[in-house]
Amino acid sequence: MQNNTIIKLEKIIKSYDMGGAQEVHALRGVDVHIHRNEYVAIMGPSGSGKSTLMNIIGCLDTPTSGSYELNGNDVHIMKDNELAKIRNKEIGFVFQTFNLLARSDALHNVELPLIYGGVGKSERREKAMQALQHVGLGDRAHHKPNELSGGQRQRVAVARALVTNPSIILADEPTGNLDSKTGDEIMGLFGELHKQGNTIILVTHEHDIAMHAHRIVSLRDGLVEKDEKKK
Amino acid sequence: MKFWEISEGLQIAFTAIKANKLRSMLTTLGIVIGIVSVTLMATAIEGLNRWLDESVSKIGADVLYVQKMPWFSGNEWWRLRNRKDLTLEQANALERQVSLVSVVSPFAGSRSDVRRNDKVVEGILVAGVDEKYYEVSGMAPEFGRFISAEDAEGARPVVVLGYDVADKLFLHQNAIDQQVKIRGESYRVIGVLEKQGSFLGMSLDNRVLIPIKKSFNVFGGKQWVTISAKVAPGVNIDDAKEEIRGIMRKVRHVKPGDDDDFAINQQELMTRTFDSIAVVIYGIGLFITGMSLFVGAIGIMNIMFVSVTERTKEIGIRKAIGAKRRTILFQFLIEAATLCLIGGIIGIAVAFPISFVINEFLPTAMPLSVVAVSLIVSATVGLISGILPANKASKLDPVDALRYE
Repeated sequence: MQNNTIIKLEKIIKSYDMGGAQEVHALRGVDVHIHRNEYVAIMGPSGSGKSTLMNIIGCLDTPTSGSYELNGNDVHIMKDNELAKIRNKEIGFVFQTFNLLARSDALHNVELPLIYGGVGKSERREKAMQALQHVGLGDRAHHKPNELSGGQRQRVAVARALVTNPSIILADEPTGNLDSKTGDEIMGLFGELHKQGNTIILVTHEHDIAMHAHRIVSLRDGLVEKDEKKK
Repeated sequence: MKFWEISEGLQIAFTAIKANKLRSMLTTLGIVIGIVSVTLMATAIEGLNRWLDESVSKIGADVLYVQKMPWFSGNEWWRLRNRKDLTLEQANALERQVSLVSVVSPFAGSRSDVRRNDKVVEGILVAGVDEKYYEVSGMAPEFGRFISAEDAEGARPVVVLGYDVADKLFLHQNAIDQQVKIRGESYRVIGVLEKQGSFLGMSLDNRVLIPIKKSFNVFGGKQWVTISAKVAPGVNIDDAKEEIRGIMRKVRHVKPGDDDDFAINQQELMTRTFDSIAVVIYGIGLFITGMSLFVGAIGIMNIMFVSVTERTKEIGIRKAIGAKRRTILFQFLIEAATLCLIGGIIGIAVAFPISFVINEFLPTAMPLSVVAVSLIVSATVGLISGILPANKASKLDPVDALRYE
């Protein structure tokens, strides 16, 4: 059971010093455990601390106190370079605004994490092509983001998140910039990825989107308000 | 730095440069101008060097020149101008007593017009020499013969013309056995010297040689006299100098304890003086042109700061998917270096043809080392001016950078 826990967040506190004696507490002691191959949605209104929590889970930010263990790594004590390595190997990001490199074609965008991971040229080409085919864009490899539709761009982003075979896929409002039909397609893609054994964490404020997940963690005012499994 | 960091960095650099063609071009222009001025200055310096080297090589390294004044006397000149002139007798006395020297040859110079019928060349150096002057000066006749011992001893009215003088008076025709007039007296031409070129911009072909006794007869004591002494093979030049100094002091009756009232000049003195002047010229020249390169570097730094700000989001994305600080740092350093290196290459491409124009006035060529050094310098300038912007980029917080619009 212990082995099966991929994310262990304990007593996570994050406060920002706003100058003077004022401190803003974005997270006030969050405990969340997530197991391998779970499909979790983190929900909450704006100001609830969900973005902060996502940044901490995604190793873009570090907690003020508390402990965070990701796939056996004590992330909360890590320095910049180690965090970069964890982001590269353990986490696949999917953003609301896609965040692709505009001047690079789809293939190069997907290759990028492998480049930063130091993977050799022929191997990363092959892996990137596979990931693109996996999201149904094998024939769009040499298109630049502005030559792709919104849905296609998000698929490229998903392929980029998948290509390093990370421990978790962390999606931040992945359908926020898509129409509902395309959004459904992307949610379908996440469903498939989950079935194939991936751990997926979805950050959203939309209840409909959160319903795709099998467990919903609701935040309010920097604390876990509800943590419920669907059946 | 790993290979993938360089290749990825180069790829990003070229994409960024292509995406902002005009901006990159204008920024690079600063470096182009800097490199053009530095390389051309270096080319001109090379020309100056060659010119000085060529001039100095006209003076034999193993010849000592005993004269009234030291070369490059500068402010001393006013103090030394009342020294007694050297005389032919002193030259003869030196020749008799000296042992470490193989040839002693006096030279007495004055200026005069040289005429042939209605043709005149004005202000020609008329040099009184003996037959040994050939051995110390290396001036050989192209046609005819040199002044002989008999000519010199007998003060015969014969003359050896310098190349340009012969050219002007005889217009490429045979001058041998023709007559020319100097100070109203007729001289028979016995030889014409080979073309000698110039020494520090003064032509060595604008002179005529006559027997030294003849020149004393005609010009009297109002001549400047140089005694050239060729150091014997295998003898230390300083030993020979010391011996000559002792003999000259005795011959000129210099009291013990008094300073020499003559100077012994040698090539080394000239080389040393030139070198010290040259260093100043190079220093100033390269400093001034270096300034324009510095201005170019500031332009690069400025545009790199703009580039970092514009691409904050891109930096955030790269960091989110695993780029380390140093990866981002290298990316921007490579971009700045590439920009400058392109400027350097264009600069050399522009300066190279211009160096041929300089060659028309001052024989020179752009040294290969300058090409290599300026490429290295421009890449280094890029790296240095990229350091601050790249450092700023690498330190961006990924959360803030991703949020940047």
